[in-house]
Amino acid sequence: MEALLALTIGVLVAAAVYLMLSGHMFRFILGLVLISNAANLTIFTAGRLTEGVPALIAVGAEAPDGLVANPLPQALVLTAIVIGFGLFAFAITLVKRAWTELGTVEADEMRLAEPRKEKP
Amino acid sequence: MAEGAAAHGPGETPPKGNGAIGVLPILFALALFAAFLAALPTVSAGERLLWTIDWVPSLGIGFAFMVDGLSLTFALLISGIGTLVLLYSNSYLAGHPQYGRFALYLTSFMVAMLGLVLADDLIVLFVFWELTTITSYLLIGFSHETEKGRRNALQALFVTGAGALAFLAGLILLGFAAGTTRISDILAQGTAIHDHPLYLPILLLLLLGAFTKSAQVPFHFWLPNAMAAPTPVSAFLHSATMVKAGVYVMARVHPSMAGTDVWLWTLTIFGVITAVYASILALRQTDLKQSLAYTTLMALGTLTLFLGQESGYAMTAFATFLIVHSLYKAALFLVIGSVDHGAGTREADLLGGLGRAMPVTAIAAAVAAMSMAGFPPFLGFIGKELKYAGALAVASEPVLVAGGVLLANALMFAVAGIVAFRPFWRPAGGDLPRKPHEAPWPMLAGPVLLAALGALFGLNPDLLQVSLVNPTVLSLTGSENEVVELKLWAGVNLPLVLSIATFVLGLLFYLAHRPLRASLAGFFAAAPSLDRGWDGFMDALKRSAGAVTDIIQTGRMTDYFVATFATIAIGLAAAMGFRGLPSLDPAFGAVSWIDLALAGLILGGAALTAFTSSRIAAIAALGVVGIGTALVFIFFGAPDVAITQLMVEVLVVVLVAIVMLRLPRLDAAPNPFRPGHAGLAVAVGTVVTLALLAVLTAPLDRRLSDYFEATSWPEAFGRNIVNVILVDFRALDTFGEVAVVVVAALSAVALLRQGKAGGKGETK
Amino acid sequence: MNSVILRAGTRYLAGLLLLVSLFMLLRGHNEPGGGFIGGLIGATGFVLYAVACGTRDARAALRVAPETIAIAGLLIALGAGLAAALFGDDLFTGQWLFIGETEDDKGLPLSTVLVFDIGVYVAVFGSVLSLVFTMEEEV
Repeated sequence: MEALLALTIGVLVAAAVYLMLSGHMFRFILGLVLISNAANLTIFTAGRLTEGVPALIAVGAEAPDGLVANPLPQALVLTAIVIGFGLFAFAITLVKRAWTELGTVEADEMRLAEPRKEKP
Repeated sequence: MAEGAAAHGPGETPPKGNGAIGVLPILFALALFAAFLAALPTVSAGERLLWTIDWVPSLGIGFAFMVDGLSLTFALLISGIGTLVLLYSNSYLAGHPQYGRFALYLTSFMVAMLGLVLADDLIVLFVFWELTTITSYLLIGFSHETEKGRRNALQALFVTGAGALAFLAGLILLGFAAGTTRISDILAQGTAIHDHPLYLPILLLLLLGAFTKSAQVPFHFWLPNAMAAPTPVSAFLHSATMVKAGVYVMARVHPSMAGTDVWLWTLTIFGVITAVYASILALRQTDLKQSLAYTTLMALGTLTLFLGQESGYAMTAFATFLIVHSLYKAALFLVIGSVDHGAGTREADLLGGLGRAMPVTAIAAAVAAMSMAGFPPFLGFIGKELKYAGALAVASEPVLVAGGVLLANALMFAVAGIVAFRPFWRPAGGDLPRKPHEAPWPMLAGPVLLAALGALFGLNPDLLQVSLVNPTVLSLTGSENEVVELKLWAGVNLPLVLSIATFVLGLLFYLAHRPLRASLAGFFAAAPSLDRGWDGFMDALKRSAGAVTDIIQTGRMTDYFVATFATIAIGLAAAMGFRGLPSLDPAFGAVSWIDLALAGLILGGAALTAFTSSRIAAIAALGVVGIGTALVFIFFGAPDVAITQLMVEVLVVVLVAIVMLRLPRLDAAPNPFRPGHAGLAVAVGTVVTLALLAVLTAPLDRRLSDYFEATSWPEAFGRNIVNVILVDFRALDTFGEVAVVVVAALSAVALLRQGKAGGKGETK
Repeated sequence: MNSVILRAGTRYLAGLLLLVSLFMLLRGHNEPGGGFIGGLIGATGFVLYAVACGTRDARAALRVAPETIAIAGLLIALGAGLAAALFGDDLFTGQWLFIGETEDDKGLPLSTVLVFDIGVYVAVFGSVLSLVFTMEEEV
């Protein structure tokens, strides 16, 4: 499954990059969500996959019995998901603001900070 | 031009000072001077004080300081003249609205200079070297409201800053070659560095840094321009500090580096050319301050010339002339400041008859100038005699060197007359802008004390010899025996004959200086100079920077993203190119139908998101990817992560529903297939997959996970290891992450609210 | 969204979600759950309420401004972390108190770790709600 998931992540990244390159802020946000999913899956997969055994300790036991899923990447991914959500919320607020202020959702038309050179 | 006088009108009584802001720096500088004076007996006895705190112990770099004869001489000059200059400035710039800033700059500069001359570590030396560059930039640009002030400050910064890069390279190579950055250790190795293959590069780089800092021809042009600073600053920068930093460094490395032909000839040639050229230029000026500025170049040339040699004569001459020059030059600059302050102008042809109005200043000027011109019984006379003796001791080309020194000295004689004699004792050449008046006592203290010291040391050379000259020569040569005795009367010998020739020639130059100036002016107007090329160079620099910016900064976000992603793809591909592609374990191939379904869900969602032109479809497809991801977490033992992912998915949909549906429709904008972007996207996706496969084929380091699994219950009393990691083992991390979420949310709220409340105008 | 059924159902659903969220929070140390999950679930309950009945009602039901809640959560978590210093441990080291401890049973555990998790819950809850409410109102 790891290999298949690696392949899936690759496709997910490719789709995200393609969306982020579009210059359309709506698509950019879609790409942002996809690429954070891809990143989370990457961390999760890099810690190896263990089918069906959560990292819990049975009552009465001192430590998990046998091999359980790797808890470390899970902890990392869990917070990453929540942070990713915060980032996403901030990003769409920005896009909305840009649309209200500038009347465009095309990144290449937002030229306030770097105005087009005036033709001499 | 009368920048100090501008603070108050001609008729009013000038303000007394600047309050505590004016007094405290003076006391600070005085305290430093006293502290160095306290170290004098120890150092005069030939000892060396070392002091170190660790800084970067792994590289052997420490905040190391050393007080020996050479550095103590410099430290005394810097802190002593610094005290007098601060005292002087407090009156000169009395009531100046930005005096606090001025005093801060000047004090910082003084401290930086002290650090530079006391540093016993190459890296510490460089840090202070750069600090002097920056603080002198602020000082030269103190009159920042003028175009000229800004330009000249920037010029000084660029020239010395560019030299500093070479200097740093030289220091690093020196530290590498010597195997230590501790200067005292390097000096202890003697001349072993001569045989190192890096000797030549080290030498050239260090000299490039020293020459730019000490304004040797052809890097001299910034120094007279630095006159844009208030006159007390010029007095400080030109007498004891800034420009002497280069000289100091050459002197510091002298014991290790000197003694080769390259060293000898580079320093001799640059020194002679600078000395003669600067003396001629000094004669050409009509502004007194500019004249003096060029004689500083002359002095620096002479000092460089001496450092080229190794003989005891040259070293004694170096030490003596260093002190002589600092004393009379600071005095004369301060005098010119007082003249400017009292009479309202610095034009040589206008000034005259000030002797009656400013008697004390006039006498101080005369005494300092006689030291500068080399009259007996002043210290300058001894300095000059030693100069000739030192020049004649040059083994290879005594005639050339002595001739150059003779010419430079004669010209200096003439300049001393122009600067310190004519304005006071000849009839005025025209109406002065202001009725001249004597300077207040704080502005007299500096010139009088410095001039008096010149006379005192001249009459009583032993005083200077024992306390400072001998220890300095000891630092330079490593032996007291090399010192030549300072004497007013050394009998009738060749130096005395040359001295008399200097007076005769100097008098001729002085009497003929006006016709000479006219012809020189014609010559130099036509001659090329780096200063004139400077503006062109700066313009070209700005234009090329603009052109480069236009290329790399297109203002199109898409271009930036292409650059970012291309870098990721190429960087990862290159890294894997080095390590080789991952070899796939066949066990990876084991795929169940559930796996296939999960992958299919995610892949389908991703593809739909990428290519749909419908907002609703895109949002739904995004949800599919999210749910697919959550399912992966569920199937592979991560229920906490899965629940979090699902909840976030719900909230994403809510937010998207609120915001996105109010944005323009996706199909409003054309979305043609972009093959180039698609290619780049596939490339990034491919390297990510390959990188992940490489990670997966490498062995897994489970030490951390094992530790968490083993201690979760016994030590942290939790059965859900993931949660225990979050709230206990890595709680500080989690706290930071929660803070990020809160900040992101509050910023988004602020962004939304501000848009409504402030209206559009506010953000533009 | 103006649906009577949704509005009527939401009151119970939101309450239920809030209850579940607290359950998730408290059991989090030993079973799947915890502050992040609890906070998200609890917030979802109020988001549902806001969607059905409007943010004005939702804010009224919440009583305290969500921004204040978010900051309070952050402070609770920080306080739990700093508390370790009072016991002479490094910051963010868990401190435990077992009420009714016996040989076999640890009894009811109270800990700064739980307080920390509650802080996380409150911070996440407040953050999400301030976001969603403001978006609903301002966009």
